[in-house]
Formats: sequence, structure tokens, C-alpha cells
Amino acid sequence: MNRTKELFQKKSKDVLSVYFTAGFPDLNSTMDILLSLQKSGVDMVEVGMPFSDPLADGPIIQHSSEVALRNGMNLDLLFEQTKDVRKHITISLVLMGYLNPLLQYGVEKFLQRAAENGFDALIVPDLPVREYEFYYKDLFEKYKIKNIFLITPDTPKERIHKIDALSDAFIYLVSTLGTTGAKTNISDEQQDYFKRIASYQLKNPLLAGFGISNKETFEKACAHTNGAIIGSAFIKALEQDKNTEQAIKNFVSSIKQPEHIHK
Amino acid sequence: MSYHVDEFGYYGNFGGAFIPELLYKNVQELQENYLKIIYEPEFQKEFTNLLHDYVGRPTPLYLAKRLSEKYNTNIYLKREDLNHTGAHKINNTIGQILLAKRLGKTRIIAETGAGQHGVATATVCALMNIECVVYMGEVDIKRQAPNVARMKLLGAKVVPATCGSKTLKDATNEAIRDWINNSQNTHYIIGSVVGPHPYPDMVARFQSVISEEIKKQLKEKIGKENPDAVIACVGGGSNAAGAFYHFLNEENVKLIGVEAAGKGIDTGHTAATLAIGTPGVIHACKTMLMQDVYGQITEPYSISAGLDYPGIGPLHAHLHETKRAQFISITDEEALQAAFQLCKLEGIIPALESSHALAALEKITYSEQETIVINLSGRGDKDLETYMKQMNAQEEKQTHLQNQ
Ligand SMILES: Cc1ncc(COP(=O)(O)O)c(C=O)c1O
Repeated sequence: MNRTKELFQKKSKDVLSVYFTAGFPDLNSTMDILLSLQKSGVDMVEVGMPFSDPLADGPIIQHSSEVALRNGMNLDLLFEQTKDVRKHITISLVLMGYLNPLLQYGVEKFLQRAAENGFDALIVPDLPVREYEFYYKDLFEKYKIKNIFLITPDTPKERIHKIDALSDAFIYLVSTLGTTGAKTNISDEQQDYFKRIASYQLKNPLLAGFGISNKETFEKACAHTNGAIIGSAFIKALEQDKNTEQAIKNFVSSIKQPEHIHK
Repeated sequence: MSYHVDEFGYYGNFGGAFIPELLYKNVQELQENYLKIIYEPEFQKEFTNLLHDYVGRPTPLYLAKRLSEKYNTNIYLKREDLNHTGAHKINNTIGQILLAKRLGKTRIIAETGAGQHGVATATVCALMNIECVVYMGEVDIKRQAPNVARMKLLGAKVVPATCGSKTLKDATNEAIRDWINNSQNTHYIIGSVVGPHPYPDMVARFQSVISEEIKKQLKEKIGKENPDAVIACVGGGSNAAGAFYHFLNEENVKLIGVEAAGKGIDTGHTAATLAIGTPGVIHACKTMLMQDVYGQITEPYSISAGLDYPGIGPLHAHLHETKRAQFISITDEEALQAAFQLCKLEGIIPALESSHALAALEKITYSEQETIVINLSGRGDKDLETYMKQMNAQEEKQTHLQNQ
């Protein structure tokens, strides 16, 4: 069974997912970061595939992408680095990146290699729903990679239901109308939005992301969702402490209690 | 063959709207309303009046006698350089500001390369009393300083884009991010036939006034509406789209788009997208673009800030693929020489961008009887510094040779 689906069957509250950019801070940090994140007790990791022009990202993730590309990160290397990832990592693994690099790599070849390495799902913020349905849905299903859609405070209700019907793992609830890392608090208005979406009783779990940066915002986001995703704040933490393992341990324990620690 | 967008915003294999969900509402609103709004009689009246009284349209179609003599054919220049603000860009910004007002937007953002689109946007924002923010690459801010000063005088805030090559692509990224962060009150006035559907089609329609006028003017001057060829430079491709528009289905009119070769298409310092690009997605649009094998967008180069873009409008990618138009490329050096030639033969200082179109005369074949229209997209005031530098270098070289 798909590990991401399995995760939500076992755990429907306070799922913590952490995003990092592959190739940052160092070209070969990928496996170390994954291992440390698992050890610290996160439930899911989003591995960012750096792109030269990340339109939906704020300065922190832009910077990490720029550094990663300068370090020499590319898709072949990422798949090479994560070839044996499932010998060590049991938590849910999601890839995240923009469409153009996937198009150049070949969407089918990409999905095939992602599946071989044991990735569960893929987030492509600039892949439109229509293009997914028309051109790529069959390929995603063939390789059993779940496509994760985003919804925002502005997404109309009918569209949310359509996205729910097309989704089969979780839905990424963008907490605010902004780029990543643009906001660092969760307002009452945002809580109302989370509540509104929860009231739609969708078949897919909801993970909130964008602007979740610490324990307080994580808890607020989790109050009406199944969990939350932290990106920019984690990248910042990696940048500030050169001891990656320690930085990760400190960061994750500042967000959640150590009671759910995995092996 | 259709050269117009289908219901999903595609020209053949190119186009679409590859936007993050964060922009869905804004883009959807535009897609659903742009045609309805711009063909309302009230809109058309306001648009046409402003183009006439404020912009100064119609722009002349001028028979360039000495240039024609030199090339032994009949060359007409469509004088978009005589528009208010000095380029074709204002045709589009007038249209989009009227649209933005009808959509109830209270803030305008734009990207700019040469600064002509930034100036044209700042101008219409002043005219309509709307807040204006223009993103411009740091490199372009330096090489197009007069336009930065003009934007500031007109009340716009100019924000430098400091990532990547610090040119038009990066300014566009910043503008899109601003739009994501301010989608509720902001309209993004894209300056060319690029970006997500409906922008390529919408901008082409606003610019189509260029070919509409060419037809009328040619009829008056030579008794027939169609020239044998239309030549225009292509950055994103808006002036070319406007100059080609009403000839797209006139298959006997040759359409020639001119890209910037920079230092040469094989040098790694070029902006000739169709010459070296491959299909992909840039700025939410499926089109041809310059990229590496991993789909990272590569940094373009051209002496001309307005052509220094690694993509091209989806209409042109389609015209290229279907061979409806021919695309050639012109180097920095060739463009400079064409600019100097126009100054001396016709007393017109062209923009560096437009000089690429002029230089095409050296590259294409034509006969004595033909009527060729070159779209002179802008005037050269903004490029004086570049021109002077080149002129001084040439003079020095000559003195040096004479002294030997
Ligand atoms: C005078 C002039 N011509 C041409 C261009 C290129 O744009 P497009 O290809 O959209 O006409 C620019 C862009 O800044 C310009 O200023």
C-alpha cells in the first residue's frame, strides 16, 4: 500500500510534514537530512527538486534552490542519491517541484524512477488540474504515484470537490494567498478558512502549508486539519546551524512533543 | 490552419495556463471576461479615443525612400516609435488598464526589460490614478536608466529584480510572485504576448491595431491592403503579433520575425529562442524556451534589454512550428549597424530592439517590386548611451587605423 495513504489511516491528527530542497545546504545532504528527519519523528518529508524559476516560492526557498542548483543538483543525481532510500526510510516520501524539469526529463521516465526509489506522491504546483486529467493521470496511476493538488482560500467550492475526487492521498491546503514563507502567523480568518474546508467533509485528508513556522502556527493549523507542512522555517533552521543533525533535532522538537518518535 | 487560441488557450501545441492554484481565481476571471469586456461598445469607444487623442494613433506608415533605394525595393516603416511614450507597448497598457478598472482592481504591477513597457504602464496608471509597481532586472535598470527616471517621474515604484540574470525573466518572476501575494486587489499588466492564457491572446488583440492600420494605409498608398512581407523584432513577440495579426490568414503575405542572436546563436550568449530552444513551460505558458537538459531555464543575452528573454509567445512558437512565419536572428553588431544606417539615411533613431528588424534587410531575399513593411516598434532615446559607446569605439578604431 502507498505509504502516504497508510500514514493517514494510522494517524489522522497532527501529521507533521517537513519540506527541504535537495542539494541544500550541501549537494550530498539529501540522505542525512532524510535520516535525521525520520529519527526526529516527522511523519512525512517533502523532497524539493530545485528549479531555476520557482514562481510560487518566497526568498528562502528561492535561495535554497539557487544554492542547490549551483551545488550541481539535478534529477539524475537525486534519484541516484535516493536509490536505496527505502532500505532506511519508512515514513512517507513526497517529491515536490515545478513542471518544466519534469517535462524535460520525460514525465513517464520521472514517475517510473520515482516509483522505483519508493517515493509515494508528487506535488507540482504549476501542473493544472485540466492538464493532469488530460495528459498525465493515467501515467501517475500506472506508476502508483499520487498527485497532490493545492487548494487556496480562493478556490471555489465546486472546484474543491472536483480536486477531492481527483485526489487519492491528501490535499495540500495552502493557508494563505501568498508565496511560501511570506507569512509567519495564522490569523482568525485563516482558521475560519480551515474550518470551512473541514466542513466540506472531503474524502481526502488535509495538510495545511505556507506560513507554518513554529509550534504555535503548527498547532493552530492542526486544529481543523489533519496536519501541517513546514518549509521555509525549516530551511532557515538548516541554514543557521551547520550541524545538520543537531539543527533538525532541535527544530523538530521545538514543533512537537517527542512522544511519537519513530524507531 | 488556425492562428488563434482554442477554448483552452492553446495555439496548436503551445499556450495554456500553467499557473499555481494561487492565481486560479484571477486568471479564471480574466479568461471568462476578457473578450466580453474588450468588445463592449463602451470599452471600444474609450480605447479607440485614448489611442487617438492620447497615444497619437494612427501612427504613420512611412515610405522610407533612401532606405528603399539602398535595398532596391519598397520599404515602409510602421512608425510605432511615434506613439506617446515611444513604443508600441502603450497600445497594450491602455487596453489593460481599462480592463483592470472594469474588474475593480486598485493596484497595477508590471515587469519590464527595456523599460518601455514599464513607462507605458506607469503612464496609464498616472492617467487613471492607480498605484503602480514595476519590476525590472538590476542589469536593465543600469542599461536603460532614462526609462527608470521616467517611470519614477510618472509616480511608479520601480523594484529591482536581483535574482538570476537580473533581466526580463527575473523581473517577470518577481511580478508573478507579487501577483500571488496581492491577487485580490492587483491586476498584472503583462507587457508581451507571453504568460498564461488569456494574456497572449489579449495582448495580441490590443496590439492588432498595428496591422489594422497598415492595411488601411497601404490601401490608400498603393491601392492594395496586403504587403509582400511584414518584418518585426521578437522579444516576447507583442509588436510582431500586432503587426502580423490581420495578415495571419493572408497566406501570401510573408511574415518574418527577428530574434536577438546576441553574440551569435552558437556562442552561449544569445536570446534567439526559436534557434536554440526546445518546448517547455516558462511563466505559466507552454512554448519554446532556452533551457538545459534538466529543464533549468538558461540565462539569455542580448545587447537589447527588450529582446533579452529566454522564451517567446506561444503564437510565435506555433507560427514557427507550422512554418506560417519565418524566424531569423540578428547579432548585436548587425543590429547596431542597422541602427546607425537608419539614423543617417532616414533621420530616425530606432530602438535597439527595432534595429534587429531593420537588420533583417541584409538577410532576407526579396524582389524589386515587393512592398515590405518593417514595424519600427520604438524610438532609440533610451539606447543613446549604448549607441554612443559603440560610435566612440568605432571612431577610435578608425583613428587608430588612419594613424598607422
Ligand atoms: C521598442 C521595443 N520593441 C520591441 C520590444 C520587444 O517586445 P515584444 O517582442 O513584445 O514586441 C520591446 C520590449 O521592451 C521594445 O521596447
